[in-house]
Amino acid sequence: MNQEHSKVVISHHHPVAASLKRYLIGFILSLYLTSLAYILAVRHNLTMYWLGGTVLGLALLQFVIQLICFLHLGTETKPRWKLAVFWLMILVVGILIIGSLWIMAGLNYRMSPSQVNQYLRGQDSL
Amino acid sequence: MSAAASSAEQLARALSAQRDKDDKSQLGFWIYLMTDCVLFATLFATYAVLRHNTFGGPSGHSLFRPGYVLIETLLLLTSSFTCGLAILTARLQRRKYVLSMLLLTAILGAAFLIMEVTEFRHLVTEGNSWRRSGFLSAFFTLVGTHGLHILTGLLWLSVLLVKISRQGVNAVNLKRLTLFSLFWHFLDLVWIFIFTFVYLFGVSGL
Repeated sequence: MNQEHSKVVISHHHPVAASLKRYLIGFILSLYLTSLAYILAVRHNLTMYWLGGTVLGLALLQFVIQLICFLHLGTETKPRWKLAVFWLMILVVGILIIGSLWIMAGLNYRMSPSQVNQYLRGQDSL
Repeated sequence: MSAAASSAEQLARALSAQRDKDDKSQLGFWIYLMTDCVLFATLFATYAVLRHNTFGGPSGHSLFRPGYVLIETLLLLTSSFTCGLAILTARLQRRKYVLSMLLLTAILGAAFLIMEVTEFRHLVTEGNSWRRSGFLSAFFTLVGTHGLHILTGLLWLSVLLVKISRQGVNAVNLKRLTLFSLFWHFLDLVWIFIFTFVYLFGVSGL
């Protein structure tokens, strides 16, 4: 009974060879992207602007590759709850990070010496 | 004959119930991982805001050693891969392979953690602890939280190793292993961004 049980469970999953291929592809691509980003950052041939964009882009690419190859995102059958929760997470994280940076940039601008002086001058004239 | 048919039916029903339960526990664990992402996002946002506030102290450019961090990254990436291999061999019911892959995962993870703790100790003894500047407070909080997750993962992994070596790869242990692999791959995902945004940005002075 127990033996039969485990056999049926195994046959339910995707074939192992296909999964192995997936993991291998994910691993090799991740290795490649990691070393590429490392070389770009250490050699420092690009301008700051391009370097930051490229390295972040490579990280995002690796993030997507590992999500698909290692975490099997998108392979579930409908209804795709995992994917729905994932997109909600992306939304919350996006609001959180962009919002924080935006607020702090605004704060820095308003606290800059020229802005503060302008404010003080406005106070004096009242 | 009919008894055999009904027992097969029963088995099929029991299996589908078990599968439903497994799917539910996986979804529950996935939701936990996504909320953990939000936790890391707040720490990343804090770091992004504070990373130039060095208070006259050293910046990431002079503190971080890129080669050292690259080795850490490769260790964690490889352990993520061997963890995936453990799942594959578990599906084939090869207990010895599962155990050796998990052991390899644990060794690589432990090596990563030891390297990280060594880096932290090095920073603290040079006087660059979390009390030095806002930048270092944010750095230690972000990277330290990831390190604590790794430590938790290693504890979980050792329990799993004992369970599988005693009970073999049964349905319950396969489920546990699947949840663990989700957690471990997730930690590698977070590390991609720490490696890029903290270390590579820090080293190139961005």
